[in-house]
Amino acid sequence: MGKKKDIDDRFKKFGTVSFTSTTKVNDFIDHMKNDRVMGSNCKSCGQKYFPPRADCHACFSSDMEWFEITGTGKLLTYSKLAFAPVGFQEDVPYSIAVLDYGEFKVFGRIAADMADEEVEIGMAMKTIVNRLPNDQLNFVFQKG
Amino acid sequence: MGKVAIIGVGQSRFVRSYPGAIRELVFDGFKEAVTDAGMTSKDIGASVVCSAPEYDKQRSPAGVFAEYLGLNPQPTFYAESLCSSSSMGLRLAYSLVKSGLHDVIAVIGFQKMSEISSSESQERMGRGADIQWESPFGTMMPAYYAMHAQAHMNRYGTTLDDLALIRVKAATYGQINDRAVYRKPVTADMFTDPDSIMSNPVSSPLRVGDCCANADGSSCIIVASEEKARAFSKKPVWILGLGAASASVNLAGRDHFTGLKAAKQAADQAYQMAGVAPADIDVAEVHDCFTIAEMMAYENLGFAEPGQGLELIRNKETYKEGRIPVNVDGGLLSKGHPIGATGGSQIRTIVLQLRDEAGDIQVKDPRIGLIHNIGGVGLYGNVTILGRE
Repeated sequence: MGKKKDIDDRFKKFGTVSFTSTTKVNDFIDHMKNDRVMGSNCKSCGQKYFPPRADCHACFSSDMEWFEITGTGKLLTYSKLAFAPVGFQEDVPYSIAVLDYGEFKVFGRIAADMADEEVEIGMAMKTIVNRLPNDQLNFVFQKG
Repeated sequence: MGKVAIIGVGQSRFVRSYPGAIRELVFDGFKEAVTDAGMTSKDIGASVVCSAPEYDKQRSPAGVFAEYLGLNPQPTFYAESLCSSSSMGLRLAYSLVKSGLHDVIAVIGFQKMSEISSSESQERMGRGADIQWESPFGTMMPAYYAMHAQAHMNRYGTTLDDLALIRVKAATYGQINDRAVYRKPVTADMFTDPDSIMSNPVSSPLRVGDCCANADGSSCIIVASEEKARAFSKKPVWILGLGAASASVNLAGRDHFTGLKAAKQAADQAYQMAGVAPADIDVAEVHDCFTIAEMMAYENLGFAEPGQGLELIRNKETYKEGRIPVNVDGGLLSKGHPIGATGGSQIRTIVLQLRDEAGDIQVKDPRIGLIHNIGGVGLYGNVTILGRE
């Protein structure tokens, strides 16, 4: 038997069900464990990315640094799901949404404890780390 | 180089669950198209097979089909761009003919979605989105289009009643389309009647009635060089314009949610190539996978200014007798949406219209027709403009 290889599969912690286990931006998960949602910034040309990336398509550099998503973004749109795909039925109902932070946008869920009538396009919301009942991690949007 | 024509069209009946194998399903559409072209399998130089392969149990169906359809030893290969696969297949066929490499191509679209359960199918469709950063939140196609509906309603004052009117129009024509899955009448009242399935919430603000259904089906388009078209066809329909574009898969990469940028870009390219303007289009098929998708198509195609699409449906201008008839075959909302077959079915409808062979849904004397076919949530946009002699 050959020696078992260590696989860095930290990303399988992301979301209710993760469909990706290995990625060069696995440190994203460590930052989430420390309650930080991070994007990446190209050290060569300054391009900011969310979701974070290992490689810059603007200048082809792979020299990236992390930056934290702080402050509030503006709610661009959302939808509340009455049905869910396989693996997500326990979460229903939940809302997915996009926040606009100016230099980048963030796709995620609206916090489960927010009432429907509180949600309004254009409102300021912040992005925070959320621990799911199945011990997974995601991030959600709360009133800013 | 001469022009490129469509000389044969076919499609199977679209059904919820096809009681046969995928090779038998594609035979139905292929036989109709090749017969329509006045050809046999031996006249087909190559075939392009179009589908979303994650629904198949068969690996590389193209080879299986080539044998079943009598297309050996001619080459065959796959084209995939989710729900716009067969429009992308048409684009490939055009370039293969235009280059002189082949003079007749069969563009075969198919999908047998019933091979897997509905929830598995939703999950696979969700994986047409960004599986690393979006799918872990539990996304589905209806939810993504619902986000566009929410934004469109917020920005332009579009109402749920406007969206219901699009489904009512689709059902008006779906009832008389014997190839359609859903052939029952639909009224606007059903969307507010809690006892009607049409009113059931799917993903806010969209209801069951706003969504098309999965289906099994096949389509086939025979594309030919001008020389072959003149030799075989009395009524060739010419490919005048082709547009194709892509957009960020993650919605975080989009700059607005009131339309689909890839559709707009594909339309601009197709209009430019064809040398025509939106006002020149006599009949159109648009990708109404959801009611909001048709509303956005009106605006992305220039049939209405942004925010004015609702006037088109309120004034019935997209009905058969209206200024710009749209989806008078019932659209995806009535026909059902067998992913890889859908674009070919849309092309078939426009070809039949331009040949004045559309029967009960025939629009009066159309010269130029347009097909708008979208993959994913505006991830891929394809627009095709066809014209008669």
